[in-house]
Amino acid sequence: MSQTNRIKGGLVDRSQTLKFTFNGKSMQGHPGDTLASALLANGQKLVGRSFKYHRPRGIFSAGSYEPNALVELRTGAHQEPNTRATVAELFDGLTANSQNHRGPLEFDVMSGVDLLAPFLSAGFYYKTFMWPKAFWEKIYEPFIRMSAGLGSLSMQEDPDVYDKGFLHCDLLVIGAGPAGLSAALAAGRSGAKIILADEDFLFGGQLNAETYAVDGMAGSGWAAQAVAELAAMDNVRLMNRTTIYGAYDHGIFGALERCTDHLPTSGGKPRQILWKIYSKRSLLTAGATERPIAFGNNDRPGVMLAGAVRTYANRYGVAPGKRVAVFTNNDDGWRTATDLADKGIEIAAVIDSRDGTPRASIHGANMVMGGRIVDTAGRKGLKSLTLSNGQVIKADCLAVSGGWNPNVHLTCHQRGRPNWNDDLSAFVPGDDLPVGMSVAGAANGTLALGAALKDGRDRANEIVKDLGFKASRKAAPKAEDEAYKGAPFWHVGESRKRAWVDLQNDVTVKDIKQSHAEGFRSVEHLKRYTTLGMATDQGKTSNIPALAIMAECTGKTIPQTGTTIFRPPYTPIPMGALAGRARGKNFRPTRLTPSHIWAKENGATFVEVGNWMRAQWFARPGEKGWRDSVDREVEMTRASVGICDVTTLGKIDIQGKDAAEFLNHIYTNAFLKLPVGKVRYGLMLREDGIAYDDGTVARLGENHYVMTTTTANAVLVFRRLEFARQCLWPGLDVHLISTTDGWAQFAVAGSNSRSLLSKIVDDGFDLSNEAFPFMACAELTVCAGTPARLFRISFSGEMAFEIAVPARFGNAMMGVLMQAGEEFDAVPYGTEALGVMRIEKGHAAGNELNGQTTAVNLGLGGFVSQKKDCIGKTLSERPDLNRDDAIRLVGFKPVDPAKPLLAGSHFINKGDTANMANDQGWMSSVAFSPIMGHSIGLGFIKQGHERKGEIVRAVNPARGSEVDVEIVSPHFYDPEGGLQRG
Amino acid sequence: MIINHPLLGPRDAAEFVYLGDAALIDRPDPSVADAAEKFHEYGYLRDNPAGEHQELWYHEQGDRSWLVVTRNTLSHEISKVELARDVAVARGRGR
Repeated sequence: MSQTNRIKGGLVDRSQTLKFTFNGKSMQGHPGDTLASALLANGQKLVGRSFKYHRPRGIFSAGSYEPNALVELRTGAHQEPNTRATVAELFDGLTANSQNHRGPLEFDVMSGVDLLAPFLSAGFYYKTFMWPKAFWEKIYEPFIRMSAGLGSLSMQEDPDVYDKGFLHCDLLVIGAGPAGLSAALAAGRSGAKIILADEDFLFGGQLNAETYAVDGMAGSGWAAQAVAELAAMDNVRLMNRTTIYGAYDHGIFGALERCTDHLPTSGGKPRQILWKIYSKRSLLTAGATERPIAFGNNDRPGVMLAGAVRTYANRYGVAPGKRVAVFTNNDDGWRTATDLADKGIEIAAVIDSRDGTPRASIHGANMVMGGRIVDTAGRKGLKSLTLSNGQVIKADCLAVSGGWNPNVHLTCHQRGRPNWNDDLSAFVPGDDLPVGMSVAGAANGTLALGAALKDGRDRANEIVKDLGFKASRKAAPKAEDEAYKGAPFWHVGESRKRAWVDLQNDVTVKDIKQSHAEGFRSVEHLKRYTTLGMATDQGKTSNIPALAIMAECTGKTIPQTGTTIFRPPYTPIPMGALAGRARGKNFRPTRLTPSHIWAKENGATFVEVGNWMRAQWFARPGEKGWRDSVDREVEMTRASVGICDVTTLGKIDIQGKDAAEFLNHIYTNAFLKLPVGKVRYGLMLREDGIAYDDGTVARLGENHYVMTTTTANAVLVFRRLEFARQCLWPGLDVHLISTTDGWAQFAVAGSNSRSLLSKIVDDGFDLSNEAFPFMACAELTVCAGTPARLFRISFSGEMAFEIAVPARFGNAMMGVLMQAGEEFDAVPYGTEALGVMRIEKGHAAGNELNGQTTAVNLGLGGFVSQKKDCIGKTLSERPDLNRDDAIRLVGFKPVDPAKPLLAGSHFINKGDTANMANDQGWMSSVAFSPIMGHSIGLGFIKQGHERKGEIVRAVNPARGSEVDVEIVSPHFYDPEGGLQRG
Repeated sequence: MIINHPLLGPRDAAEFVYLGDAALIDRPDPSVADAAEKFHEYGYLRDNPAGEHQELWYHEQGDRSWLVVTRNTLSHEISKVELARDVAVARGRGR
């Protein structure tokens, strides 16, 4: 069997034959086919099973609004579920499979679900599965999950590449049908910069689907000629296979271009590109979508939209049936009958819901005016239909037309509401369009061809004149205005059988009536109660009929009943396209420290700290776990000297005559009297009085300061400083530059740090305690001429320095420092050892500056100057933040030194029950201290500063731990600070 | 959205960081008697108008200017964009 339903004509290239498989069966088609047209050509009517009832379903439409024919394309990691066969372009070797069935498509084991339909009506979830309660998890939910649904995922990583791009234009024309092409021609001739986008691979829209003539030639031929003229214009960008999916603020549109979906492989190119298009003006020429009529068993394979039936015949050269019947409420439906009859396809009957005389005469066809279809037959494909008068008509394809809806979707993306047009019985664009948007052609309710061509050209000319271009005088292309009038007819009331409205979500006329009967009458309630219009097709063919049926129930008009709000995207957008290149490791940038290469070569284990990769520890042979390495790094640093890359801390260069005054506003403590060559610790508050960030400020010159921030807050502090500088104190002469990436900075800590550094500073720079004491800073050169900055600051509690060199020297500097330190057994240390030493020293870090704690809580109350204002000062004085029983940062050690401590444990007084009412505070940071020989912790506890020596319980119910701990000073190591000054 | 930067011309909103109500420029005088009350209002109370709203945007991926953008919260129409420094000075802020 091969292409049994292929007929003459159409826009497919018969000189080439493409092979593809559907459910493993080999089939053939031609370039220019969609998967849907090729399946129909091969006589394959049954293509899937429905979402809820597992009803056999066939191809319903010829467009992107297809509700039924969803298939899985390709295999392996490239497998893509829920692809609309009606827009999937055929290529050689395509593999397609049907979805949502168990066992073969023809004998779906789950089709028995259809017999349960009486129990599965609207809202069945909320009613049927109420009892017994225990059944939900074990029986109901697994069953529903198994039976409902669509395609399956490959469960492998998407191997394709997706990209993003940006485009700019004067005018974006959305849709390349008659109105769009006519508009693009007129606008293009004016010289304006135009983008013409269409979701189809072939420009021309309805012109390719019809047999109407334009300017005396076949419509499709005229379209091809227009595209050729446009392609020759430098100011026009033609984008086929591109869906404009959303209209956003200020003339910005989202577009998805399918670059290689129509090819067997992407060849390494991006599969799809997500474009952001910036337009001065836009013209929506997106055409119209046909809507069905609901009647009994109207979901069988072979029941299709009338316009789709003639699209397959005219454009693809495919007869969707051997004996076709038409059911219509309008003149356009008759066109399907005459077009097909002209191609020699047998027309069984034309059933028109209107009374009157037949609109055409077709040889051998039954003409039934005022007719109603009440039922159909045919298990896996239509065989016959039954009229209300009992007459049975044999047909294997039924073309249904309930009229056309203008595609107003994009006009509503910014909450504009469409207007009801009684003449068309359809919504047309409202008055509140997105900024810069105009609408023309069928999308604007101008359904006749000649008028649409003129409308497109006239609107385009208005727009380009508005933009200051000279409009072309060339007349609009000429075509006849075809008959399209109809009389509203939504569903066959006489029908006793289930009549589908939303095919994709299996919502019937009965469900809508039930929704009304149960009080869900607002269109938004109807939608949520029945799930109507909530499938991937977003109800493009079902929303209006459903509204009409609800209006009938309530006795209101359709506009009184309302319309749902259209939101982007117009058609589904793959997650891969939204992600673009930002996936896996590229989800966000990775920042490497200047000594990254050295660290990698020297066995560092890295940890992600924000965007940064930092060395966590440097394992040595023989060490059995990270604790061995970290303990050694701490011990060797404290015993001699250790080196750590601390570049990630934020660095902000502050210059200007008023820099000191500026810092005085920012920090709680005073900065006016900081001498040149000195460093000072500073604490920042938020304006609400909570501690925000801390760091140091070094005064390098009269009007030159360098601030450090914590790694986590580097960007945020800089933003705040700019806010303070520009918005709060704009009169100050001060300027800021972030230099975090400009300087590589290393902590050199330990008793031999001075000896080590004295080997690399130039010209005998005096590092003695007298010349360069604790909290000194200087600009100098090292290693014979490399500019450097030296700070005598200590985070570890040891005598320590931080040395900064331009970042490009960072990796080399790490090597130089280690080489100079060889005679002292210098050791590189990572963030873990850094953390252990700061806890031993009782310094607050991110765990303590957690957005809940004040300077008083942190034991830094003395740092809030009472002599000046600063950000956060006023509100830090609120009584509740200064209660006598406020929590205080103190140290904790286990009573039993063998017990480990857990961060996050809460403190409970001895004898109290462990509950929230008795909560005394929490443990914020813990570490094993190799110097102390046991675990130590920092934490906040009520009145902690007055409770030293008291034993409390550190309780952690989440991890099943409880340890008795003693409250001690947070300064475990060298509490007097003699070492760092030494 | 597109923000018409007074120095750099039209820029995509993605280059900016949003802060909120431009009333944040009006940091109260800490020396007045009811400073605590004033700072409470400054810190916690915001108008939420349906319509024109003056708000602070920071051109973090650009020239680091803070801007005062007058935006209609119903339509997103931007009617005015000023340098926040100019606004602050006009509102009497100095040192």
